[in-house]
Amino acid sequence: MAELLLIVTIGGERVALPAAAVESVVELDTLIPVPRAAPHVAGLSALRSRVLTVIDCMRSLELGVTDCSDGIREAAVVELDGHHYALIVDLVEDVVEVLSEPAIVRAAMGEGWERVSKGMVETEQGPILLIDIAALVSGVEVKAA
Amino acid sequence: MDDLISEFIAECREMLEALGGEIVAWEASPDDRARLDSIFRFVHTVKGNCGFFDFPRLEALSHAAEDALAEVRAGRRQPDGPLVSAVLAVIDRIAEMIAALDAGEDISTGDDSILIHALEQGAETPAAPVATTVAEAQSKAVAPRTIRLSVELLDRLMSGVSDMVLARNELARRLREAPGDVAVDGAFERLSSIIADMRDAITRTRMQRIENLFVALPRMVRDLSAELGKQVLVDIEGGDVELDREMIEMIRDPLTHIIRNAVDHGIELPAERLKAGKREIGILSVSARQSGNQILIDIQDDGRGINGKKLVEKAIAAGVIEKSDASDLDPREQLALIFEAGLSTAKAVTAISGRGVGMDVVRSNIERIGGIVEVDSTLGAGTRMTLRVPLTLTIIPALTVSVAGQSFAIPRSAIDEIVRANGESVTLEKLGGAGVATIRGRRVPEIALADVLGLKSDIPELERSLVVLRPAGADVYALAVDRIHDHEELVVKPAAPAVMATGLYAGTTLADDGSPILLFDPAGIAQVGGVKLESHDRAARIVDAPIAAVEVDTPVLLFHGLDGGRRAMRLAIVDRIEEVPATAIRPGAGQLRVQLGEAILPLAGVNGDLPSEKVRLFRLNDGTCEIGYAFREVIDLSAIAHDIIPAEHPGEVSAVSLVAGEPAELVDPHWLFSTFLTAAERLPEQPVCRLPADDPWMQNMLRPIVEAAGYRVVSEADEYEVDLAILSEASSGDLTAARIIRLRSEPDPASAKDETIYRYDRAALLTALKPAGAGRR
Repeated sequence: MAELLLIVTIGGERVALPAAAVESVVELDTLIPVPRAAPHVAGLSALRSRVLTVIDCMRSLELGVTDCSDGIREAAVVELDGHHYALIVDLVEDVVEVLSEPAIVRAAMGEGWERVSKGMVETEQGPILLIDIAALVSGVEVKAA
Repeated sequence: MDDLISEFIAECREMLEALGGEIVAWEASPDDRARLDSIFRFVHTVKGNCGFFDFPRLEALSHAAEDALAEVRAGRRQPDGPLVSAVLAVIDRIAEMIAALDAGEDISTGDDSILIHALEQGAETPAAPVATTVAEAQSKAVAPRTIRLSVELLDRLMSGVSDMVLARNELARRLREAPGDVAVDGAFERLSSIIADMRDAITRTRMQRIENLFVALPRMVRDLSAELGKQVLVDIEGGDVELDREMIEMIRDPLTHIIRNAVDHGIELPAERLKAGKREIGILSVSARQSGNQILIDIQDDGRGINGKKLVEKAIAAGVIEKSDASDLDPREQLALIFEAGLSTAKAVTAISGRGVGMDVVRSNIERIGGIVEVDSTLGAGTRMTLRVPLTLTIIPALTVSVAGQSFAIPRSAIDEIVRANGESVTLEKLGGAGVATIRGRRVPEIALADVLGLKSDIPELERSLVVLRPAGADVYALAVDRIHDHEELVVKPAAPAVMATGLYAGTTLADDGSPILLFDPAGIAQVGGVKLESHDRAARIVDAPIAAVEVDTPVLLFHGLDGGRRAMRLAIVDRIEEVPATAIRPGAGQLRVQLGEAILPLAGVNGDLPSEKVRLFRLNDGTCEIGYAFREVIDLSAIAHDIIPAEHPGEVSAVSLVAGEPAELVDPHWLFSTFLTAAERLPEQPVCRLPADDPWMQNMLRPIVEAAGYRVVSEADEYEVDLAILSEASSGDLTAARIIRLRSEPDPASAKDETIYRYDRAALLTALKPAGAGRR
């Protein structure tokens, strides 16, 4: 079976996350801020007695700040090195099959996108950008260090 | 019969388990009669039982051991090394046989004559070979009383219970919103407490005291050193540190390996030790402690140490490092070479520690669980290995605090004390923008948590609480927080790298309401907050500012008690000092009482002989009641200017502190009043009424009515403090009575002011009797 992708919208852009890496899609309600943490760490949340570190993808991509004040946000839960993260996205759309190997995007993307890009893949819905979850989670600061 | 056998097996097993440590301890001090007795009891029980069950091998073994131990008990034989080894071998063999019995195997074949022979006086046969089977036999013996569970299953259980807690909290919220039904609430309360208990139990199933790991060490070291002809004393500390069960399993092998190394390569033979000017017996100390978010296990020996230069030579020879690099290594890096694969400084590979796998395996095992191994060694003086393993899943007691509306947890182990910023013994000052708190004469740096976190606190500085923190091994500092909430036991999990990168946190945890809480790393906060921590306690103590100190500190009267003890009594509760003749003190109503003018007070402080003539005492007043406290002499008026060390048990002395340069016991006035006054009032359970004994009318006619009203009737001969005295018109007043009723014999009052009651006015009498009775209930 071909690899599956989860199509999400971040900052108005449709991108794909490897579906195998996504444990679940949740709606976050409470968010406990982490003072002094990197700006893309939106805070902590709890999911079934596990602590989730919530990543604001907008910030991680330097696209702006997700407005969390209105309460419920959709997020994709991923596990990385034994830690669970919730990636705040605008919208979770669909799951599609991959039709091609990732290919380099040759046109210039935004700096943030460039950093997290794993290339472009073909799907039934046309080409879409595949996101490197680890790069998304580590954000700008760690990269710079 | 089968039942009896299984009972016998279970009993033996219990005794064997209990015996494990006793034997080694007995060897260490052969004169310890209690230990000898318990070992003797074991073999005796085994012997007695197996005669009954017809297990001739067991019987012969235990009989031989019993005989040998009986000789020792009778003082005809010394418990020397060979004897102890022989007895150990016998006990191990018994354990093996019992395990075999339990497994339903036949134990009738086998030869124990070597073991029995070894028990005889002057026996040459070494019993060593048996020692190798010890661990196996012991684990066999313990196994059936426990079950093995995969940690994964425990994890699932734990996450299930945590979910249950969350569901309960959700339900609790709904119940609060919906109109309550008392029966539903009651059932929910019960469910709630069951869930709490269960969560506690499940959480603890994953935790184990590190003792479980340490308990096998003395025996292991003993067997090892006997084999190598060395003498090693094991010193174990910190067994009560709790560690995740999985973590304990993960450090078992590395720890064993390090200890084997220490005994094998570290500690020298007795003769060498003597030559080097050391005691014959080598000391191996193993200690565990929690430090911040890590558990530290130190393994220290006083052996020959590690030769860094030799290590470098070897490393060059083995091609681990280049010759050109070797000269750049500092001593620490030289020592660290022992963790490189394929290096061993021992001249010969021994069966005990040199088996090709070495410290490199130890290091990789420890690193796999996120830990570090450190080595520190002084040539000729010894080696210290430190295992640092993370606190993952370790339950730590914590204090929850809040700042700017957000809750955080602080590990309780780092908390020295908690004071209010506006407390009497606390002053806050700013020096060039830096906070300095003076807490009972001790100056400590102060930082506000809100500033460290970059949050805005709307609580004024003086209404905050100061948490005085002592990060592991470092100096104290005070952290100002908005509010102190609760003590909680939290299961801490490591936080994501992005969170840990702040340096402020040691991990995350879930509070009881299911919301995440960040656990602080006290050392990290100090660092981020800019507090310079010195490695030792050098908090500036004010040496010559007693005037300021006295102002804020509690004034006390320093005195010698009747027993000569140096004590301090808080000045505020001492009404005055009295001197009474010894005759004024006498027992009354079950305790010593002193007569002071017209009052009789309970007398405390009589812990020595009363002086024969004059007794001095404090008249203590709590505002409503008074008691006396006898003492020998007043020393001085002073103040508590130092830390107070509280007493372990409640009692007359609540704490010890330095007063005027010497330790003094602080008398606990609350205890005095609660003990002596309740005793005084408990004795007469009912209200007491005094009736003149010589008045036949009162005794015969009035007494039944008084008793029916709930009073206990006494006469003038009894020295009770009575609640009520009933007197005839003519008699003089009763001074000790709380209330007096006077009866007159004429129906009409003599004057308008007359408050006497006509003796046959039953209604008025009962009304007069009632208040006292009601007041006492």
